[in-house]
Amino acid sequence: MHGRPRKAPKPEDEAASAAKAQKLRALQTQFFSYHHNKIYTKEAVELSAKLLDINPESYTAWNYRKLAVEHCLSQPDSDADSAKFILDHELRVVESALRQNFKSYGAWHHRKWVISKGHSSIDNELRLLDKFQKADSRNFHAWNYRRFVAESMNRSEQDELKYTEDMIYTNFSNYSAWHNRSVLLSTLLEKKAEGFLSKEKVLPEEYEFIHQAIFTDPDDQSGWFYHLWLLDQTVKADSPLLISSWPAHGSDVQLVDRCHNNSAFSPFTTLHSDSGSFPIVLYFNQPVEGVSSSTVTVESGFNKSEDLVWEPVSVSNSQAAKVWVTHLKFPTSELHFPVEVSVGHSKGITSARGSQYSFSSVFSFKVHVQPIKKDSSQGSVAESFLWGEENFKVYGIQSEESIPILSFDQLSIRNDPEPTVSDWRAEALSKEIECFRELLSLMDCKIGKLTLARLLMAYDAMSFSCANKLSHSEVLELYSDLMKLDPSHYQYYKDEHNLVVLKQVTSSRESLLKHCFQYTNSVPLTIYSPICLRLNNLSLSRMGAFEELLWVQMLDLSHNELQSIEGLEAMQLLSCLSLRNNKLRSFTALDPLRKLKSLRVLDISYNHIGEHFIDTTRYLCASPLSHSVGSEWNKDETVIGDVALINYWDAFLIFKELNLKQLDILGNAIADEKFKSVLVKIMPALKRLDGELLG
Amino acid sequence: MGELAVDKHVHYILSVEKRKDSFESVVMDHLRMNGAYWGLTTLDLLGKLDIVNADEVISWIMKCQHESGGFAGNIGHDPHILYTLSAVQVLAVSNKLDVLDTDKVAAYITGLQNEDGSFSGDMWGEVDTSCKNLDGGFGCTPGGESHAGQIFCCVGALAITGSLHHVDKDLLGWWLCERQVKSGGLNGRPEKLPDVCYSWWVLSSLIMIDRVHWIDKEKLVKFILDCQDVKNGGISDRPDDAVDVFHTYFGVAGLSLLEYPGLKAIDPAYALPVDVINRIFFSR
Repeated sequence: MHGRPRKAPKPEDEAASAAKAQKLRALQTQFFSYHHNKIYTKEAVELSAKLLDINPESYTAWNYRKLAVEHCLSQPDSDADSAKFILDHELRVVESALRQNFKSYGAWHHRKWVISKGHSSIDNELRLLDKFQKADSRNFHAWNYRRFVAESMNRSEQDELKYTEDMIYTNFSNYSAWHNRSVLLSTLLEKKAEGFLSKEKVLPEEYEFIHQAIFTDPDDQSGWFYHLWLLDQTVKADSPLLISSWPAHGSDVQLVDRCHNNSAFSPFTTLHSDSGSFPIVLYFNQPVEGVSSSTVTVESGFNKSEDLVWEPVSVSNSQAAKVWVTHLKFPTSELHFPVEVSVGHSKGITSARGSQYSFSSVFSFKVHVQPIKKDSSQGSVAESFLWGEENFKVYGIQSEESIPILSFDQLSIRNDPEPTVSDWRAEALSKEIECFRELLSLMDCKIGKLTLARLLMAYDAMSFSCANKLSHSEVLELYSDLMKLDPSHYQYYKDEHNLVVLKQVTSSRESLLKHCFQYTNSVPLTIYSPICLRLNNLSLSRMGAFEELLWVQMLDLSHNELQSIEGLEAMQLLSCLSLRNNKLRSFTALDPLRKLKSLRVLDISYNHIGEHFIDTTRYLCASPLSHSVGSEWNKDETVIGDVALINYWDAFLIFKELNLKQLDILGNAIADEKFKSVLVKIMPALKRLDGELLG
Repeated sequence: MGELAVDKHVHYILSVEKRKDSFESVVMDHLRMNGAYWGLTTLDLLGKLDIVNADEVISWIMKCQHESGGFAGNIGHDPHILYTLSAVQVLAVSNKLDVLDTDKVAAYITGLQNEDGSFSGDMWGEVDTSCKNLDGGFGCTPGGESHAGQIFCCVGALAITGSLHHVDKDLLGWWLCERQVKSGGLNGRPEKLPDVCYSWWVLSSLIMIDRVHWIDKEKLVKFILDCQDVKNGGISDRPDDAVDVFHTYFGVAGLSLLEYPGLKAIDPAYALPVDVINRIFFSR
């Protein structure tokens, strides 16, 4: 099926082929007769060998041979010698078939089956493997079989490691050998086998080894992936860590109802609340499980911490998440109170890889409640929230004004023990950085640039002190170079560039403040208005830096290139969001919004929804297709009818869970009058659609 | 850029079905069920499914079913999970799933699940496990090198069980987008030749994790179109190689995922037309 040249069939070829076909058919018919009648005579079994010689892919023939072997072995006159004879014969049949097609799944599986009967020596098998691996060092069947043999015959990992070394020295460009090496090293390090007690000793040597390959031929991919694995081994955090929260440590939070504007309150930390509760958000550096009232305590004087329910914020139904949220209720009599949150004082929080949360992290903040005015009942005629430029003015900050959420000094959360970068890791990374900077001064190399960019970002992520601003622009330049050097993968480099830009914007007070605005169109002007973070016109193709943005209530992402809002579910405080003029292609892409319980104003106008017939977020959305919603998901569909449901199932799934007051959707191919009338039925609480007052 | 020779491919598929006497055809006898799936799904994507006599196909399929509930690759052969899948897929495309005793088929499949959660192909236990690898991909067995075909199976399985959060999408997405070589085609693993069938396995995986914008789609379309035999119909693994139904299907399916005009949309996880899947999941 692969790699045969295309040529017009000649009549004599066709005749020969037809003759061969007839012969094979006859063999097959006879074989079926033996198989279906369970005949295992010597003659019958030999026929199956003939069949497999011509066609090693005939899986039924391999099945038959297994039955024949079992039949013979179970005969009363069978003994150790005859068993050996029979099994030896099977091995020869397999070898012959493999010579026909050394990728035959059926043949390799049959060999494994024979070996599992406890026959053949390890030397035999390794000799066979050597033959195949010399013929094709990338034959993954052979490598898989090699692993099987090594395991079932107890060959040591160290010996196998030496084998990979030999293969690599024969030819550096041997991805399979490098891969195998990474698997073996992982096992040895995990087992803490002799000579492999610590990464600190082993990894630097591996770096030296891989450099030989990379510097010999920088364009060969085999070394890259191995180097990436080494990098991952060097930086990966063994233990999860809390890296951000809302409210932020040391902040003063004001909870107000809508009709209150007190300029004494900082718009950065003022939150509307009339439900007698407010959220507490935890952001970890990797997905964790086990966050609950027994592993996280919230002390507020009046509250019983045990009553708090912590929920993972993830778009799937996963119990592991980077972001966790709870809602703290407070009695109406309390107007000012401190809160202290401690995480990890008792065991139970674990990462997806199984590491325990090994710190005890504490942060605290103060809450000030503005009593609700009697006459401020929500009659505020759903006045329209307008996103136009003219309605925003830059937030002019007083220079002494402290904004705890924007503090970039040490980790604001108190951790015990203090996480530090262990020496060998920092040293290993610095060495690699120097090495690649040197390589790049000698040649323009795609892999070199990409690796250096990753090393710099990894180093940046590891350091717990102030981010090194210089490395951001060096990284941005590397990605810009890559976009030109390797245009096929332009979008990949653009996305990575994008994430670095966001890191840069959120890494200092000055840069972030340039994007902080206040909404000036409130009528009346006394209505409180939080800061709107405006990240429009930045060519953003993806969002990121969420750990720095947990405090954001209004977000303007208009006029960008977003086709996905992956990760946005972390921004639990969002109430107003604009995604106008982006590249969103489907409703399933809006899945993260289902987790934003405070969202009231959404603008998705001028996107591409309805223009594409392939949906790239179809399986990233919790839906019946991925078996992630219960059978009750469409019990309200009588509201829109069967036909509408099959056509607009994704809109139904997303919008019925949003509690929007205002929605803008024009400028999308799907947004015709018919669709808009369906939308109105799905969202009875909606007050404004495309600027029009409803109901 | 060339064009998709729809009529030639339809003609080719029908001719393969009829040509049972060549040596190549007899050698592939045992996977005729797969062939039926590849051929019929391609015809559906091209909008030409009505050319086939559905009843004939259905009656042949049912002759391949064993007492255990599983389906064989062809009449006379043993049952196997691969052919059971193809049989169900063909019935779905033909909108004839009601001929099945679904409990029986389900019992056959659940009977093949092992203690560790993996599935054997048949009673002989060949296991195609999914094992997450250090480069973000998946191999055939624990420790196995990442391979695009295997990656598709794993990502697909995770997709339909709502488990894609286990995948490091950025890492896997990068490994997958690096499968695109200079000619625009996709290979199955590093330093290997491109092949049209990877236009399906790599591409559908990229689509399921929403990273398809990381490859150059236009270049891939061009590569697939270059693999056509525009004279006799059919698509091959590489330009100027011999064509077969397998690569014809993957080429057309790949073009559908790339939104080539005039084709029906294909679902990247179930590998069946979207309207077939939506009909099954969203109508009562």
